[in-house]
Amino acid sequence: MSDKKVKRRDFIFTTSYALGAVGVGAAVWPLIDQMNPDASVKALASTEVDVSSVEPGQSITVLWRGKPVFIKRRTQEEIDKARAVDIKNLKHPEKDEDRAKNPEWLVMLGVCTHLGCVPLGDKGEYGGWFCPCHGSHYDTSGRIRKGPAPTNMEIPKYEFVNTDIIKIG
Amino acid sequence: MSDHEYIPKSKLGKWFNDRLPILTLANHLTEYPTPKNLNYWWTFGGILTFCLITQIVTGLILAMHYVAHADLAFGSVEHIMRNVNYGWLIRYVHANGASMFFLAVYIHIFRSLYYGSYKSPREIIWILGMIIYILMMATAFMGYVLPWGQMSFWGATVITNLFSAIPLVGESIVTWLWGGYSVDNPTLTRFFSLHYLFPFLILGLVVLHIWALHVPGNNNPIGIDVKKPSNDTVSFHPYIVIKDLFALLIFLIVFAFFVFYSPNILGHADNYIEANPLVTPAHIVPEWYLLPFYAILRSVPDKLLGVIAMFAALFILVILPWLDTSKIRSAIFRPLYKQFYWFLVADVLILGYMGAMPAEGVYLLVARVATAYYFLHFLVILPILGAKEKTLEVPLSITEPVLGGSATTSMTRNNLDKNKI
Repeated sequence: MSDKKVKRRDFIFTTSYALGAVGVGAAVWPLIDQMNPDASVKALASTEVDVSSVEPGQSITVLWRGKPVFIKRRTQEEIDKARAVDIKNLKHPEKDEDRAKNPEWLVMLGVCTHLGCVPLGDKGEYGGWFCPCHGSHYDTSGRIRKGPAPTNMEIPKYEFVNTDIIKIG
Repeated sequence: MSDHEYIPKSKLGKWFNDRLPILTLANHLTEYPTPKNLNYWWTFGGILTFCLITQIVTGLILAMHYVAHADLAFGSVEHIMRNVNYGWLIRYVHANGASMFFLAVYIHIFRSLYYGSYKSPREIIWILGMIIYILMMATAFMGYVLPWGQMSFWGATVITNLFSAIPLVGESIVTWLWGGYSVDNPTLTRFFSLHYLFPFLILGLVVLHIWALHVPGNNNPIGIDVKKPSNDTVSFHPYIVIKDLFALLIFLIVFAFFVFYSPNILGHADNYIEANPLVTPAHIVPEWYLLPFYAILRSVPDKLLGVIAMFAALFILVILPWLDTSKIRSAIFRPLYKQFYWFLVADVLILGYMGAMPAEGVYLLVARVATAYYFLHFLVILPILGAKEKTLEVPLSITEPVLGGSATTSMTRNNLDKNKI
């Protein structure tokens, strides 16, 4: 085969295989993409929450995109604890100032970044959250401090519409 | 196989068989020469076929009454339990049937490990078996999600999140699997669809598994090549059929015990609470048959490496025929392997126990040691044993130890010569 010269026919074979592959790919893509989030799922993009009744130290959990969001009104002690940490020692270094723009309010996805369980509040060795599934400990800023989770709990996009209402998403 | 030409007796049979040789196939299956020393550990193939058919039949019926929707699934399962005629029975047989299926498959796999059934020339049978085993785990996992209880929901969340460990594309893959941003209705409906499909894929693979088996024929307790047919073999029907049926009967007693006396003992009480995306149960554990792998996952403190270790524990089984380099098949003639075999059995049982315990303190330590030993067994001990072990003398034929001298002088000796005997 090696001493054979490339012929016009070889060119035709190659281009028809290539075109065939593109055609098969185009035909298969809808069969795969149908499994991605549909329009009705994407439509549930934002939630507004009234937080006026939340006292310092309390935390509420709301559902956003099928996932729990923790809205924690932190005490001064918890804020100080979160801000006193030297971020160089963290597995996923993030300043508390960046995670909680308004230090009193911590708004984050209540989903453990290990395998997606919902961590329990006011538990664990760092006074924040503890995931019962595989033992991840989070601090009062929701940062991973110990255990298998790779990153801090995620901060969703949110804003204060006014002093009482938080809009998530 | 020495398939002599089969000619149906009746004229109609001959006419039909000339056009579709299904009677030839039936004749092959009936007369299929089987080593006559097969013990009861060899009856689990038949038992597994029974399990698969039971799951398909009961599953088909459950699908007539079950509603695959996040708002209705939990209620429809209770509807099956309370209102549908014999619904409780059919669901309990299906749910416990999954556990019985795994019980039988683990015995089947460990029988193969003991008697070296995965070795040449049966590697393809073994690999097909491993694919069936992996598909069984996927099917069982998706089936467990369908009742939409707390364990269903959080089991689905944890297992699908395993894929988020994949660098770069992990999150997109998980979103694609879910059909949303969390486990929800789209996840449930696709799991139902796939849970219905997979058993038929398994059925197809079982056909290939048996086809591949019928090429070299069964391995046997002494693990030597057997000339077929000969004094060393008996026909599949009636000898093996009756033996398999008797074993199945005993197995059914165990099966019935679970179904009628403790139908929920292998499940978790939390799954009788409807799925709640806001609360994770305090202690989530998978079904018992997945626990050893779950223990391996948890014993590695890094997310990606834990997932890799878990999948590696499965993959290592697929390549086992090339990790075990010993030419002697049966552990009966491998005094050292026999001991390591039982260490492995104990190791897997320990891993299973640790998988059910919280991942902390001494449990975690033991799980880590057991995980390390699991890999040590396959990657270090087996290759070394193959080279160093002094094996015992293997008989020339199945009849030889009884009658003295080979019953069939035409026995192939070359398999034995290879082993320096």
